[in-house]
Amino acid sequence: MTTDHGGDVRLAGISKTYGSFTAVQPLDLTVPQGSFFALLGASGCGKTTTLRMIAGLEEPSSGTVMLGDQDVTALPPYKRPVNTVFQSYALFPHLDIFENVAFGLRRRGVKSVKKQVGEMLDLVQLGEQARKKPHQLSGGQQQRVAVARALINHPKVLLLDEPLGALDLKLRRQMQLELKRIQTEVGITFIHVTHDQEEAMTMADTVAVMNAGRVEQLGAPADLYENPGSTFVANFLGTSNFIEAEVAGRSGDDLTLKAGDGKLVLPAARCTASAATGGKILVGVRPEKISLTHADDAGSIPDGRNRITGRVADSSFIGVSTQYVIDSPLCDAFEVYAQNIERDSRLSPGADVVLHWNPAHTFGLDAAQDIEAGAAKVEEDAAA
Amino acid sequence: MPFVRWLRRNLVVIAGLITLGYLLLPNLVVTVFSFNKPKGRFNYEWQQFSLDAWTNPCGVADMCGSLSLSLQIAFWATIGATILGTMIAFALVRYRFRARGAVNSLIFLPMAMPEVVMAASLLTLFLNMGAQLGFWTILIAHIMFCLSFVVTAVKARVMSMDPRLEQAAQDLYAGPFQTFVRVTLPIAAPGIAAGALLAFALSFDDFIITNFNAGSTVTFPMFVWGSAQRGTPVQINVIGTAMFIVAVLLVLAAMLVGKRKNKAV
Amino acid sequence: MTTVTETPPAPPLTPGKETRKPRKRGRLVPYWLLLPGLLWLVVFFALPMVYQASTSIQTGSLEDGFKVTWHFATYWDALADYWPQFLRSVLYAGAATILCLALGYPLAYLIAFRAGRWRNVVLILVIAPFFTSFLIRTLAWKTILSDGGPVVSALNALHVLDVTSWIGMTDGNRVLATPLAVICGLTYNFLPFMILPLYTSLERIDGRLHEAAGDLYATPATTFRKVTFPLSMPGVVSGTLLTFIPAAGDYVNADLLGSTDTRMVGNVIQTQFLRILDYPTAAALSFILMAAILIMVTVYIRRSGTEDLV
Repeated sequence: MTTDHGGDVRLAGISKTYGSFTAVQPLDLTVPQGSFFALLGASGCGKTTTLRMIAGLEEPSSGTVMLGDQDVTALPPYKRPVNTVFQSYALFPHLDIFENVAFGLRRRGVKSVKKQVGEMLDLVQLGEQARKKPHQLSGGQQQRVAVARALINHPKVLLLDEPLGALDLKLRRQMQLELKRIQTEVGITFIHVTHDQEEAMTMADTVAVMNAGRVEQLGAPADLYENPGSTFVANFLGTSNFIEAEVAGRSGDDLTLKAGDGKLVLPAARCTASAATGGKILVGVRPEKISLTHADDAGSIPDGRNRITGRVADSSFIGVSTQYVIDSPLCDAFEVYAQNIERDSRLSPGADVVLHWNPAHTFGLDAAQDIEAGAAKVEEDAAA
Repeated sequence: MPFVRWLRRNLVVIAGLITLGYLLLPNLVVTVFSFNKPKGRFNYEWQQFSLDAWTNPCGVADMCGSLSLSLQIAFWATIGATILGTMIAFALVRYRFRARGAVNSLIFLPMAMPEVVMAASLLTLFLNMGAQLGFWTILIAHIMFCLSFVVTAVKARVMSMDPRLEQAAQDLYAGPFQTFVRVTLPIAAPGIAAGALLAFALSFDDFIITNFNAGSTVTFPMFVWGSAQRGTPVQINVIGTAMFIVAVLLVLAAMLVGKRKNKAV
Repeated sequence: MTTVTETPPAPPLTPGKETRKPRKRGRLVPYWLLLPGLLWLVVFFALPMVYQASTSIQTGSLEDGFKVTWHFATYWDALADYWPQFLRSVLYAGAATILCLALGYPLAYLIAFRAGRWRNVVLILVIAPFFTSFLIRTLAWKTILSDGGPVVSALNALHVLDVTSWIGMTDGNRVLATPLAVICGLTYNFLPFMILPLYTSLERIDGRLHEAAGDLYATPATTFRKVTFPLSMPGVVSGTLLTFIPAAGDYVNADLLGSTDTRMVGNVIQTQFLRILDYPTAAALSFILMAAILIMVTVYIRRSGTEDLV
């Protein structure tokens, strides 16, 4: 397909204020052409507003929107080569599926739409439903119609506003893979807004985490996950444990930290805070990186690993893994996810344990942050 | 006792049906008496069954003329009120503007004001302007008081319409005019139709305002009023029954069409 | 495949700088939409009120012509002469409104909660009579309430008329040409104006609230008192306004079903305007009626705002 992809999407100084309320702080963002880009954040963080500014459905209070070399800031939505998949699908109830999908083509004066509509409906596997009305379709089918309706116009950018929110879990996973496949096949830039961090990490090449109108961190899912730059990102993507520590010194590439009565090692490269001696640091480590050993076997732990002692407060058998909550003098409610390869029956509530992990999995953040930031959400499916 | 229990549980339903009966009783009487053959000038007492009035509906002098006039006025008033009212309804629902409270109040007042007050003041306007009372003054008055009802009907429908649909249309390259014609109008149509129907009924049936501002022109309600003094021909019952049947059929047809086409969103 | 592109020359990218003031798209559209209709209402509804006020302070006669003389005495005279009719209007309209509420609420409740599949049918039956000329229907009451007819005979047999005559509502064995007949007619004519707002507001109540109340030990009567009725208040108030006010100014029912003893203020205004041609007095009466109504509506707006009005 020789399509003009039109270059990157660039937002420069984009902001949106409603009276005294700032929905989006001035932000700069570049979405590489042909990538699957996710805007991730909790409700009210400004991600949908940003998306709508790209679509032209909101006027920015300041800044420009560029599609490739074209400045589209002043263009109304019907003149932008951009299409949106709406959260509630927004299918036209008075038109059948065929006409819904053909809508954009017809408005642009395309005379014979039958072939294109047929191909697009086959792409989303809805060829049989062409003459039905939207209300006769299931949620998942409606969602696919919405995608087809947008894609058929070969936009330079496809915007998706939490399109999978209304689907149940299994269907959502299916659609996530489906959308990813379509994007790879078609090669158009996708910008996907979601509050589901798993969804973002599954589908996107690049994720931008937004909080209170600002982009906190931008990068590939793996980078964001393993190297969070702030407590918000660390807590919002997956779970993190934090220990308050102080820099004691430096040896080679590693920082030595004093935490409570013990010492921890943190690679300097993985510390985003100031590494001056005496500086306060939040030491972070993800639950799945930690190994749990009964205190009686403490001797079997290899050298060079960071270790903490504690007592098991709670354990939940999830199936794939067991989730432990450990009480430790250094940190309340330390979470550990242990894959259920061999279960140690001694590790029950009340048992004394030693937590240990590879220092390379540690990350360090500036202690002058809210340790709970981003952790407010109660995730329904907190799978390991 | 099961009967008492049934009674207590369905008290509301029984009361409601009694009220419905109260509402429909006069219509029943009107229909029954359209088959009457009265002794004197007035048709208030049952004499004997007769199809005379039905076979000769326009037998009364001037009645069908007034009927035709009422229909004409209702037609034009409906068009005028529907256009103006629909525009206002859209402005109220889809846009932000100043003085909303004042606009809402101005539209509400004609619905709440007694007709005699509106009729009398409109008459003073026409008198002071030296206008000729007749078809045009009646039409102006009808559009005036039907407006608010159209606004209410259309507004109710447009408010329940998802605004994202219009945004979706724009996102799919439909300019403002296209969006309005292809998406907004078709979906708002039932509300507009309801408003138009209401306007037609109100205009056709209006008496008080028309009476004050008609001069020597006679509309159908005015004819009936006059006949209450002069003598009530059976034919007015025929017209009354016919109108009721036509109205019910129209609404039923509209509902069937609506059901077939699309479920409302 | 068609691509939609308009390519104006691309300006150099300067991140962070406010490039231009965002275009205010279609700011004036709502005003253009409102203009024709509002203009119509202003000229043919609001302006006439002014003329009416002006006419009420004029003096003169049809032969000599009328001139504005700021003759406020007309108001006093009108009130002095016709206060019984004002009182009667308030009384009859009040009685009719209460009856409308008592009769209309069950029907509205029935349509909203108990009608099921029949909902639309019942709604049509409520609205369809609108389409029959209300004069013809009101004349039908002359038949229904005729002396010696089945209804009146039954009421006589049950001695109901003795009671109502005692309080002055009827006259001996008759119902026609008495206050009761007028109230009957008023109630009948304005029932739909009470039922529809009630229905609209009842319909908005989530049926699950009734279930929740029952789950929390409320009997059906209590559920109604504590949950349904309070939630339907906007409909009750709006229905009351839309019933009482037009009823107070009605004259058709009083004319067709009543007698000279049951004349309401509407009758007086009508006679003054169309027969006696005493425009100043008629205008004064009309103005007083209008002022009273504007006060009532203003009180209502103060309490409930204007958003639910239309």
